[in-house]
Amino acid sequence: MSHSGRKFTVVATVSALVLAGGLVVGGHALFSRPGGRAPPPVGSEKRLRLITQEQYLNTLRYVFGPDVRPEVHFAAVQRVDGLLGVGTSFAGITDAQLEIYQQTAATVAAQVLSPESRGFLVPCKPASDERPDDPCAREFLKTVGRLLYRRPVDAARLTELVQEADQATVGLKSFYAGLEVVLEGLLLSPDTLLVVEHAETDPEHPGRLRLDAYSLASRLSLFLWNAAPDDELLSAAQSGDLLTARGLAREVDRMLASPRFETGVRAFFDDMLALESTRTLAKDSVIYPEFTSQTAQDSREETLRTIVDHLLTRHGDYRDLFTTRRTFVSPALAAIYQIPTGPGWTPYEFPADSPRSGLLTQVSFLALHSHPGRSSATKRGKALRELLLCQDVPRPPPDVDFSAVENPDPNLHTARERVGVHLKNPTCAGCHRVTDPPGLALESFDGAGVYRTAENGSPLDTSGNLDGKPFKDPVGLGLALHDNPSLGSCLVRRAYDYAVGAPTASRDRPVLRDLNKEFAADGYRLPELFRAIALSESFAAIAPERVRHRQSPSTVQAALSSGGTQPIVLAY
Amino acid sequence: MSKYSRRRILRGMLNGTAVSVALPLLNCFLNANGTALASGKPMPVRFGTWFWGLGATNAIFVPKKVGRDYDIPSQLAPVGRVREHVNLFTNLMAFRDGEPNLCHHSGWVIGRAGVAPKAEGDKPGETLDITIAGQIGRTTRYRTLTATATGDFRNTVSYENANAPSPPEISPINFYSRLFGPDFQDPNAPGFTPNPRAIARRSVLSGVMGEIKTLERTVGAEDRQRLDEYFSGLRHLEQQFDQQLTKPEQIAACHAPPVVKEEPRMGNEESLVAERHRMLTELMVMAVTCDQTRVFNMTYSDAQANTTQAGYEKPHHTTTHEERVDDQMHYQPHCAWFSARAIEAWASFVEAFAKVKEGDGTLLDNVLIYANTDHGEARIHSLDNMVAFTAGRAGGRIKTGLHIDAGRTSVTRVGFTAMRAMGLDVPSWGVRSNNTSQEFAEIVADSRSAHG
Repeated sequence: MSHSGRKFTVVATVSALVLAGGLVVGGHALFSRPGGRAPPPVGSEKRLRLITQEQYLNTLRYVFGPDVRPEVHFAAVQRVDGLLGVGTSFAGITDAQLEIYQQTAATVAAQVLSPESRGFLVPCKPASDERPDDPCAREFLKTVGRLLYRRPVDAARLTELVQEADQATVGLKSFYAGLEVVLEGLLLSPDTLLVVEHAETDPEHPGRLRLDAYSLASRLSLFLWNAAPDDELLSAAQSGDLLTARGLAREVDRMLASPRFETGVRAFFDDMLALESTRTLAKDSVIYPEFTSQTAQDSREETLRTIVDHLLTRHGDYRDLFTTRRTFVSPALAAIYQIPTGPGWTPYEFPADSPRSGLLTQVSFLALHSHPGRSSATKRGKALRELLLCQDVPRPPPDVDFSAVENPDPNLHTARERVGVHLKNPTCAGCHRVTDPPGLALESFDGAGVYRTAENGSPLDTSGNLDGKPFKDPVGLGLALHDNPSLGSCLVRRAYDYAVGAPTASRDRPVLRDLNKEFAADGYRLPELFRAIALSESFAAIAPERVRHRQSPSTVQAALSSGGTQPIVLAY
Repeated sequence: MSKYSRRRILRGMLNGTAVSVALPLLNCFLNANGTALASGKPMPVRFGTWFWGLGATNAIFVPKKVGRDYDIPSQLAPVGRVREHVNLFTNLMAFRDGEPNLCHHSGWVIGRAGVAPKAEGDKPGETLDITIAGQIGRTTRYRTLTATATGDFRNTVSYENANAPSPPEISPINFYSRLFGPDFQDPNAPGFTPNPRAIARRSVLSGVMGEIKTLERTVGAEDRQRLDEYFSGLRHLEQQFDQQLTKPEQIAACHAPPVVKEEPRMGNEESLVAERHRMLTELMVMAVTCDQTRVFNMTYSDAQANTTQAGYEKPHHTTTHEERVDDQMHYQPHCAWFSARAIEAWASFVEAFAKVKEGDGTLLDNVLIYANTDHGEARIHSLDNMVAFTAGRAGGRIKTGLHIDAGRTSVTRVGFTAMRAMGLDVPSWGVRSNNTSQEFAEIVADSRSAHG
């Protein structure tokens, strides 16, 4: 992929947006809503979010350079309402996690202050390598502390840190060793690892609350870059510029034009599509000898490259991700796709008569939502419903009688014949009628994602319909998904939840409705959607605190269904 | 004691070659009865858990005879090797109390936290390992250690609270490094010099703790609780630094195992899981031996186990749904194969503790391990007829070698018995129908004074 080419495109796109209308995206004013008809933004509650492993690593990379990339394994966060990013607002903290943080901090600090790195990562040179040097320690800790804490280090605390560095320098007989121990402390600090949002009264709207400037900067950078704010963004927060409409738009546009935006987009889709599961994806090596751990790893990369290429480089319509024939292949994936390829990653376009079309037919989707030794129409259909359409597929109800699906007839050769058993049982049919038709279209691909036309010698019937739209094969399924009204609204909802770090509530209905309209009017372009979210009043508005509770997806779905989106109604 | 320990002499004899023999505690470390350290401190009693998914094939697992010298049906065969060290509980129940049967979730949550969950996302509150760690795990380097052989870092059955799962070790290399890397204090090392870096780190940590206090003033009640957890974690680090400044008590059987240089392959195929389980077990056993922790958790397979058999297309869980019940055998043969592999892993886990000499017995004598699962008969995802094990004598507090028919009482009785054996002064455990104040008296030793 031509990275420089993509950057140019994004810069050009954003510039065009700015030139065309200043604070206007797609013809929709983002700040001055005409006629004052829009209700005041409710906003979200201020949050305490646990920084994710990738956010931590990205921040280290931007603060200390790309060589500082320790091998770390932060504790898993639970997915809440479809996103790990939302789960970070609820995640608890264990002793074992703090140990991981401490070990990581020690590794990073040792690398930053190593003889090889200190020359360019410490902005000053101490008078002596063995004695305290307050001015130099202060300069380093002030600069690094601001970037790690995402706000200036309080003056009194900074003085304490310098004193700690002095003491450690004396004890360890080394200025750099002393500084290293204090840097460990910064990296272990709750101000680094927890994103604590602060609210203040909105002077332009008495009675309303908004994020303070530094909290807004953090929310923006975690959303758009999946990393802490850079110096420029923090400066805009410090000056108060970020709290003005024009200043905010300028920063958001700068962030969208930055190469870091690609990292942010990858992180969002990695979360939304649950691609982290490829880390542990393994197939039966006897049944699928061509599928290796490299295949699993590359399948994630293929999908993310496709997304970045289509949505950013080509500035494409989000819905076309499910019909595009353009992709990127590696040697490990070429074995599954049964196409020739060279070493490394290569752009590839499947021919017009190929059954491969869009993300649903990529290995990441097909293999991730299958069993280790065979495909699964139900898992694939469930993933399509839940990940891409934000629909909730319930688990089996209580006291389900499994006798109907036990002992299936061994003469049933295809998945369609086997899952047909579910449809004969009313208890099972409700959900399986929803999950299985799209899943059966993807039976053209086995559990590893290899194309096939028959299973156990019987030809496959891949026809069906998705919410009333008929199709006859995986390509048709992609088209039906493309046209499904819930596809776009699901992305909007996920993006908004991801941006504010909270599950959607019924109070978010107006902002989601507006964002949906804008997204459609803009031709389903992702940068415009992210820009609209970042500039919406709701993004920075803070709702009064109340007792926090998690809403079940079905509750949210019910709330949204009355708000104009069109979720399916599961019959069970 | 002599400055020449037996371990040092052995090392000298072998010219420094790595040896993996377990050395018994020397008599000079023990009191006259071999039941306490020479310093007068009792031998530490430890608690562990072991988990496997999808239960057993009861038709070929549950012995007909109860009590001692019970018969060993075919699937229980590996347990025959360790029968003297374990207790087998059958006919246990996990009561739902009107809540849904959340397949693969309700069973283990009730067994570990004593309460029936209301929804799939309803994670357990504090699990019993954490409760017990509050009693016996405060003084060690690690309050608990958790590992899983599934290769998936999301698989854990240990929770500090509903939002704080204990992160499991999945990588033997990382686990080795954490336990026996540069910060490991060999209790048998000659001499002791406090690490000046630990002194500096401890000092810096005090400042970090102060930052929590500042933040606490700005957040709501729920988030304050999370900050408290963070503070507690920092306290734990502080304690670790303190330990680095204190000469550890000698433990003859403690020796860092050979460095782990290669990761086992990823995957759920049974032989890969077994190898990962073996490697992680070896490290866990030595961590317990070296008193790095007194509470530990090991998972062999997750609830809704996805272990696979090479060349067989269905993983364990799918097999329970789809495999035909054999007309002659009256059970699902492949499903039984998967369960048998889990039971083999359990027996090997117990053996690993029994191999280590400690005092005049073995490490297992001073350990109590509780093993449970998510379902009874996996074919119907039942919460009836569940099985569980304990292993070890908990320093003489638990009798072993018994098969106990629980008479359709709650699985929480096993956990409650374990909690009491670990010295917790709790009158009962569990919620509603799973609440119990009844220990399994059959396995409780008459006297608890030996190591109390």
